[in-house]
Amino acid sequence: MSAPALAPSKLLGRDVFRVGSLGLRSRRARAALSGLGVAIGIAALVAVLGISSSSQANLLAEIEQLGTNLLTVKPGQSFTSGTASLPTYSSTKVRSMPGVYATSSVYAVSGVTVRRTNYVSSEITSGITVQAADNSLLATLSGSMGAGKFLSPANDRYPVVVLGAVAAQRLGIDTVTGHQQLYLSGRWFTLIGILNPLTLASEIDRSALIGLPVAKSIYGIEATPSTIYLRAQNDKVKQVDSLLAAEANPKSPSEVEVSRPSDTLQARAAAKGAFTGLLVGLGAVALFVGAVGIANVMVISVLERRSEIGLRRALGATRHHIASQFITESLLLGLLGGIAGVIFGSLATAGYAFADNLPASVPATAIFGGLAAALITGALAGLYPAIRASQLSPTQALKTA
Amino acid sequence: MSAAQQRLTDDELPVVLELEGVTKDYGSDVKALRGVDLAIFEGELAAIVGPSGSGKSTLLTIIGSLERPTSGSVRIAGHDAQSATDDDLAALRARHIGFIFQEFFLLDSMSALENVAMGLLYSGTPAPERRQRASAALEQVGLGHRLGHWPNQLSGGERQRVAIARAIVNSPSLILADEPTGNLDSRNGEEIMRLLWELNSRGSTLVVVTHDHEIAASLPRQIEVRDGQVTRDDYTQVAGPSESGVTV
Repeated sequence: MSAPALAPSKLLGRDVFRVGSLGLRSRRARAALSGLGVAIGIAALVAVLGISSSSQANLLAEIEQLGTNLLTVKPGQSFTSGTASLPTYSSTKVRSMPGVYATSSVYAVSGVTVRRTNYVSSEITSGITVQAADNSLLATLSGSMGAGKFLSPANDRYPVVVLGAVAAQRLGIDTVTGHQQLYLSGRWFTLIGILNPLTLASEIDRSALIGLPVAKSIYGIEATPSTIYLRAQNDKVKQVDSLLAAEANPKSPSEVEVSRPSDTLQARAAAKGAFTGLLVGLGAVALFVGAVGIANVMVISVLERRSEIGLRRALGATRHHIASQFITESLLLGLLGGIAGVIFGSLATAGYAFADNLPASVPATAIFGGLAAALITGALAGLYPAIRASQLSPTQALKTA
Repeated sequence: MSAAQQRLTDDELPVVLELEGVTKDYGSDVKALRGVDLAIFEGELAAIVGPSGSGKSTLLTIIGSLERPTSGSVRIAGHDAQSATDDDLAALRARHIGFIFQEFFLLDSMSALENVAMGLLYSGTPAPERRQRASAALEQVGLGHRLGHWPNQLSGGERQRVAIARAIVNSPSLILADEPTGNLDSRNGEEIMRLLWELNSRGSTLVVVTHDHEIAASLPRQIEVRDGQVTRDDYTQVAGPSESGVTV
């Protein structure tokens, strides 16, 4: 006697999802608790990546805006005696280098301090350096004025002073109206401007700047630059960088210190990223603990649902169908934990960014990476329980007690 | 004579289940079945009866294609179960066997309708058709008014009727009932037996496994199992549950 070929057992794709979500729907509290571990892990990962990306994004955007083609030249350490100095012609030499399109210098005005009045002791400098500056400095540094105006040919012969952002704050000044007078070691200067913070030249933030002609006439300084700021064409930055020392001080190039401020800032951003690596590691540990939690709950669930497994086998489910039911359940647990984690992590990032006044940015890699990590966690955690469930023989599973 | 017995005299009978020289060993010590020959014909209502440890439960797992025999041949609805793969056995269960258990095995998180629809889940039937056929099956067992009820809202007899609806929803070739009245009081047990008779009269082939000789005696055919062998295979003239006044 022959029969038509036996059609195999078949579980429709959408039924896999329906069957796999049954355990979650019928044991909601347990599902929520077991997904919590993964949620915390993913939230930690997303928040760490989001927060560091928010602050890095802020810093890098600033660097990008200010340009990475700014170079500085300073006198370095002399081979024989203490601090070296740059020759007076160095600024002119540097300006004539091919690829350099802007230079400005500042000059130390030694022994001079800036004070609100002459009653303040000259020893109290508040950490503010008095420097003479070229009128072009503001443009070279791409800086902007917080108030008033910068030095110019119209005023650089007169006793006028421009304060850096930090210097103004330390002196308790936030406005230039009313012809504010400041006392610079024996002479009164009129405050004409306050700079906004300069990310690429934070030393200027802590300076009081006066014109070079007035510095020469009042304090009798030499025009030896303490720092030369220069902008090179973007494609020539490396080349200019390597030739700069010899050009600024041909006699002893080793006594010249050349640096690129944007490199320092980028290194700082990268260092923040390295710190992030540690926190991501912590998040991964939380995720692993979450995976163990899911695996634990799934193993218990398989034990509790022996008779359901037996029933399903009796109704025609193959081992594969049983395994896919439990894998789906644990994938869903992981996914739900992951979604909750991404939401919590993004909220934490937004809160941090709001508090620190940064642009909130959660990178797409953190969101999709987080969800993928949650799914992989669910899959790995569900593997062993699913295999156990599928290896249960239907007669064993149907035996109660 | 019942329709099944009438057909017994005929050589052209469609055989639903055929066992030849079936043995089943568990390990090297336990010989649960020691050569069983058995044929169940379409439209039969048979009892497999025996005390516990007789091998009747093992026989049930082999007839239900839950396990393969150690030796001998098993044909279920024309398909060879002896050489079948695990997946083939699952397919046989999905398409040709309906199980009724002593413990009902309903899922508490599903309504009566959803529990019954599960009987069609592993044959790849789309959900709307499953619900439609489940609803018809519940109607057939007299629970048309209980579709949306949860198992814990139903009495024991009603739960077993839901389980029976689940067993028949796929129109199986063979319905296997394992102590179907074992967890029920006598009144509910009687109703369940009456329902099984009714299904049989509509053409279903049923095998009831029981340790209760009274139940076995109320059915048209009694297959007695002892020590892993069929010791008696009788046809009794019974008219049905109501006339014979069977008590369970």
